Amino acid sequence: MINKNPQLDENGILQHLLTTEGLPASLLLRILDTAESFVGVTERDVKKIPLLRGKSIFNLFFEPSTRTRTTFEIAAKRLSADVINLNIAVSAQSKGERLLDTVNNLSAMNADMFVVRHSQSGAAHLIANHVRSDIHVINAGDGSHAHPTQALLDMFTIRHYKKDFRNLSVAIIGDILHSRVARSQIHALTTLGVPEVRVIAPKTLLPKMVERLGVHVYHDMAKGLRNIDVLMMLRLQNERMQGANLPSPEEYFKYYGLTPEKLSLARRNAIVMHPGPMNRGVEIDSSVADGKQSVILPQVTFGIAVRMAVMSILAGN
Amino acid sequence: MKIHIKNGRLIDAKHGIDTIQDIFIAKGKIVSIGTAPDDFQASRVIDADSLIVCAGLVDLSVRLREPGFEYKATLESEMDAVVAGGVTSIACPPDTDPPLDEPGLVEMLKYRAKNLNLAHVYPIGALTQGLKGERLTEMAELNDAGCVVFGQPDGLLTDLRVLMQAMRYASTFGFSVWLRPQEISLTSDGVAHDGEVATRLGLPVVPVCAETVALSNIILLAKETGVRVHLCRISSAEGVAMIRAAKQQGVAITCDVSINHLHLSDMDIGFFDSNCHLMPPLRGSSDRDALRNSFLDGTIDAICSDHTPVDEDAKLLPFGQSEVGATGVELLLPLTLKWGMEMRLPLLKVLAKVTSNPAEILGIDAGHLSVGSVADICIFDPDCYWKVTPSTILSQGKNTPFLGMELPGKVKYTLVNGHVIYEY
Amino acid sequence: MQLPDAEVLYKDLEEKIRVDCDKDTALIGIHTGGAWLAERLHHALGITQPLGTLDVSFYRDDFDKVGLHSEVKRSTIPFEVEGAHIILVDDVLNTGRTVRAAINEMFDYGRPARISLATLVDRGGRELPIAAKYTAIELTLPADKMLVLKREKSGKLSLVLHDKNLPE
Repeated sequence: MINKNPQLDENGILQHLLTTEGLPASLLLRILDTAESFVGVTERDVKKIPLLRGKSIFNLFFEPSTRTRTTFEIAAKRLSADVINLNIAVSAQSKGERLLDTVNNLSAMNADMFVVRHSQSGAAHLIANHVRSDIHVINAGDGSHAHPTQALLDMFTIRHYKKDFRNLSVAIIGDILHSRVARSQIHALTTLGVPEVRVIAPKTLLPKMVERLGVHVYHDMAKGLRNIDVLMMLRLQNERMQGANLPSPEEYFKYYGLTPEKLSLARRNAIVMHPGPMNRGVEIDSSVADGKQSVILPQVTFGIAVRMAVMSILAGN
Repeated sequence: MKIHIKNGRLIDAKHGIDTIQDIFIAKGKIVSIGTAPDDFQASRVIDADSLIVCAGLVDLSVRLREPGFEYKATLESEMDAVVAGGVTSIACPPDTDPPLDEPGLVEMLKYRAKNLNLAHVYPIGALTQGLKGERLTEMAELNDAGCVVFGQPDGLLTDLRVLMQAMRYASTFGFSVWLRPQEISLTSDGVAHDGEVATRLGLPVVPVCAETVALSNIILLAKETGVRVHLCRISSAEGVAMIRAAKQQGVAITCDVSINHLHLSDMDIGFFDSNCHLMPPLRGSSDRDALRNSFLDGTIDAICSDHTPVDEDAKLLPFGQSEVGATGVELLLPLTLKWGMEMRLPLLKVLAKVTSNPAEILGIDAGHLSVGSVADICIFDPDCYWKVTPSTILSQGKNTPFLGMELPGKVKYTLVNGHVIYEY
Repeated sequence: MQLPDAEVLYKDLEEKIRVDCDKDTALIGIHTGGAWLAERLHHALGITQPLGTLDVSFYRDDFDKVGLHSEVKRSTIPFEVEGAHIILVDDVLNTGRTVRAAINEMFDYGRPARISLATLVDRGGRELPIAAKYTAIELTLPADKMLVLKREKSGKLSLVLHDKNLPE
């Protein structure tokens, strides 16, 4: 009963965006194409369109994240929706209120859409399975599971700079084990037909059987970066920099941090991406982050258009 | 009360009997099999035509949720479920609140269960006080109060010296020690098997080595102390192989597997189905296949339900925060039959895993049909399929991965001490 | 029924607009049929202001009923809208709702001095107070039919009737 893909209804229409896994390439491309038209909107003097006027979008952040919340908020406001931000990490949950009670309460306030961030994998699925059928759920990151809008904006960025997915070699570098971004990127890249997707990390930061997701595993940057067109760096969480996963941020930077020298091992016109916020000097060197191959700031700009596209497609379905 | 069960297909795994014969019961005991004793005047005749008559099932792990968790289930609701499942003897893990570490608690549980006049309840005594793994419990006192075996269900003790001494102490009195092999330090916040599914879903993992490292310690300590050890809820192919090797060396161990692990793998988690949040976690399909085959050479001895009713609220949470466990005592017989059918095994062998074998592990005189023995009997229709729904199961916990499935084997009558205590 | 030849209608429309054209005139075509017409007009009338196109999907008033159009094109207005003399071009004028959406969208780029409407066919059925300044023909068509402009690879234009409830 819960084993069906809860994102799509019986006609294959997108009801929620929970993960990039299992979505057809045509749907991913439609989101990217729609985002393309929103880029036009975001470049105008009046950056607002009336599409979602009167709709209420609730940002439910059970885990603090100013950055992601802000981009969703801007996207919703540019669509003329009403946005309500709730940082539940510090309110109801601390009083022991049940997750679904929180959701039901907000549904009763005539919500049209929930944007959910939660520290537990599967939280967005749980909410999507229990909300009123006319409410759409967007997963803004659940545990180590998925972060589909981040992956979609990454795909948008790659297409913007590289035009075609079908002849690319892409490397995802860093803490794959704990990264919801990496999982969503892998599913999106393989669905869109990228022939070579690599993950590069020490063994302590790789999940078991990760190759079953359709990636090639490397532990050595020198080998893994050869002939790479796109480098997708991951953020290393502070608590994972030293302890049982890694000895120190310094050693990590020495072997896996992206420096100009390591970047020179990739294709000459390779682009460098990062979902932010960056740990300069840990996973990426400042000269690379601010260098001419970096597309990290355009990622942020495109992120708004992609989120506008997702919100307006969902609201219309 | 004199009962005549006629025309049934009588299966007694212990004595290798599978034949159509009548059973005659008087004063709570089986007085004859085959022909009626002289002057036998049945006060009730049960026609078991096309039904199977076997010993009442013995379930090695049923959580009644008392004391401490009455909001999840009560003794009354769960004992009804037990007999509806054709189960007449149950072993209850000590992980109640407070744990079963004092004679008074055990006596109270036994007393409450006895007053219900349903199945026989055998509490598993806590091996250490508060199950904390620090100080031994008064095992001999607890035995007097009714504990037949002692256990530590939450995985291996962190302090191996305490475990070794607990095993030595238990062996002094001939008690067996029941342990679920899982190395806590390799588990941390893990909730799923370390495989493709957890990788896809981004769930923290419990690697197979958490089981094998613990197994290795337990087997070595069992050799060292000479205590009889029962290993609860084996989950992995590697674990099975280690147990097989240890048994070949003559180490005194037995082991069981749960109905969940016999039929399911991590794939069944699907999109975060919290009913599949179990411990040990559901493992890969090759692990499941190894478990299903491990009965053929006697490596695994028994199947249990690992019945753990959970309240709905505790399952309506993200997978990792949801409570562990599945309800199952009513599914023990159907899922054992289903496994037997899929493995093309004779019923005699299949029923041994839920009658005579677990009775022997628990050290009780049950799980067989013999003249003179207590009349604990299960009569079921092997050809009747029924659908598992919240309304077809009596347990207060409706949480099972098997919801919605059609399963074979419907219990028609359950007899305990010669009384019909359940009929469908 | 026999539909008029779109090429003949186009010629007529071109001549009607030509009279009013000057160096300040700017053209905006509405996706997709209006954009084809505007492209031709832009060339034929020698308009110096660059050509604009609009996809009004984001401004439609039936979003709640039908959702977002599956192939949204990017709107581009490559000239200063503020103070411009705009001729908005569409293929078929019916309810007037598309034109309303287009006007709204243009105002998000700036405040034009004047907007006039040119349309190949006016089939009546207005639901908003909107009228075309230039139109090649007025047609009365059954309400359940949809009139669509088609363009062949050669660029030749033609009119086609579809049932409204059937996909094209």
